[in-house]
Amino acid sequence: MMMALWQAFVVSTHNLLPWFDGVIATVLIILIKAFALIMPLMLVVAYFTYAERKMIGYMQLRIGPNRVGPRGWLQPIADALKLMTKEIIFPSKANIYLFLLAPVLAIAPAIAVWAVIPFAEGIFVVDLDVSLLYVLAIGSIGVYGIILAGWASNSKYPLLGALRSASLLVSYEIVIGFALVTVVMIAGSVNLNTIVEAQRGGILHWYWLPLLPMMIIFFISALVETNRAPFDVVEGESEIVGGTHVEYSGMTFAIFFLAEYANMILMAVLAVLLFFGGWHSPFMGIPYLEFMFSWVPGIVWLLAKSSFFMFLYLWVRATFPRFRYDQIMRLSWKVFLPITIIWIFVVALMTQLKLGVWFG
Amino acid sequence: MGKKFKKLIKNFSLSELRAGLGITAKELVNKKITVQFPEERTPISPRFRGLHALRRYPNGEERCIACKLCEAVCPANAITIESEMREDGTRRTTQYDIDLFKCIFCGFCEESCPVDAIVETQIFDYAFIDSREGSIINKARLLEVGDKNEDMINKTKLEDAKYK
Repeated sequence: MMMALWQAFVVSTHNLLPWFDGVIATVLIILIKAFALIMPLMLVVAYFTYAERKMIGYMQLRIGPNRVGPRGWLQPIADALKLMTKEIIFPSKANIYLFLLAPVLAIAPAIAVWAVIPFAEGIFVVDLDVSLLYVLAIGSIGVYGIILAGWASNSKYPLLGALRSASLLVSYEIVIGFALVTVVMIAGSVNLNTIVEAQRGGILHWYWLPLLPMMIIFFISALVETNRAPFDVVEGESEIVGGTHVEYSGMTFAIFFLAEYANMILMAVLAVLLFFGGWHSPFMGIPYLEFMFSWVPGIVWLLAKSSFFMFLYLWVRATFPRFRYDQIMRLSWKVFLPITIIWIFVVALMTQLKLGVWFG
Repeated sequence: MGKKFKKLIKNFSLSELRAGLGITAKELVNKKITVQFPEERTPISPRFRGLHALRRYPNGEERCIACKLCEAVCPANAITIESEMREDGTRRTTQYDIDLFKCIFCGFCEESCPVDAIVETQIFDYAFIDSREGSIINKARLLEVGDKNEDMINKTKLEDAKYK
């Protein structure tokens, strides 16, 4: 149904604008699509911060924000207004152009990645054949924003944060790459749509079962990639007082913030697409339940599953203390990398033996 | 060898991480202990020593007889008293200032007072934000605090009486 609606929307926009020539109409449709993607994303980011504060508060036996609006529902709006009206302070002797370019370089890839993410059958902005590679490639550009922020601030703590971020991302990009190779090996494609379609079926058909260690490693690496607790050494409040964000204030800081949270949500959605069957119902193939839940549209399943992973981010943050820097490095090179490489061979073996329902 | 293997299994099953997550998950649904201050308050002891007040007798006569015992006992020299004879021949204060910047809220003034005139109430959430001099409170304002909170002062005195 969602797909039909989407198609109808696209067709009607084409019909409504016959006086535009092809180029303008195309650009307009792309803009509308981008708007339809970015606006809900920003809203989710805003309320994700609210959920974070509430959840962590609850886990610490506190109530969390409850003063702005009923139960604090307007808190994210108040925060956004505050950040927008605050002054942007430029450090003396900092290169202002680079200083302002850094947040742009952070947010642009964080939003651009969403172009290839399919939300349900047929609901996506672009169907790219190499969408997984695109996600990896564009996602890696985000680190330039952080490095540039550290460099352009002309201050010591941001620089230390940027160095940490660079080495972390280099180490964990490899781990994530290897973890995704196993998915690609089973699905036989780097197109996210095809990967999700290959997992068609109930909860036991999804890739989390044969790739359980890879899923855990992917999730932990995602925590590192998005600079989340317990791997938030890039910010490291107790050591380097806020890392790359030290010199940023007002809207420039808010943009880093948006990029970080957009990346977190992206990683949650990506985990669902790759390991948890994307928009497929978990009850598919189970006689009675399948019929009961057949009315639920695919996008709802995707969002529900992603919400679980987003909740996991908060849960982990509320639970674990920060890793020491060398421990994170050890975890990457001495633990995760060997496991992923071994598991690639295991998956290769399983593929050859055509085990279970996953290796068609 | 067996010990090492056991440790390996323990590490890779993430048992300790799961135990930690279990604790936070349990606290997520537990009762919250936050006291939302302006609306909810924690109980205060009747012996709590907060903002000062000067009391009156039930007939409206002020209790203070300007004996200056409180001024003498005050370890922080926060109290300043001037006195003279009133028309009816009694000794009364003309000035009674307490410097709240100096005051350490020890309660000696209350203990030394022979007529229970100066007392420390349970009021702790006061703020004099209009001017810096506001924190040096004079006789009129002390009496005002006493008039407003006579019920509270009586109640706490009664509650504490059996322990004195």
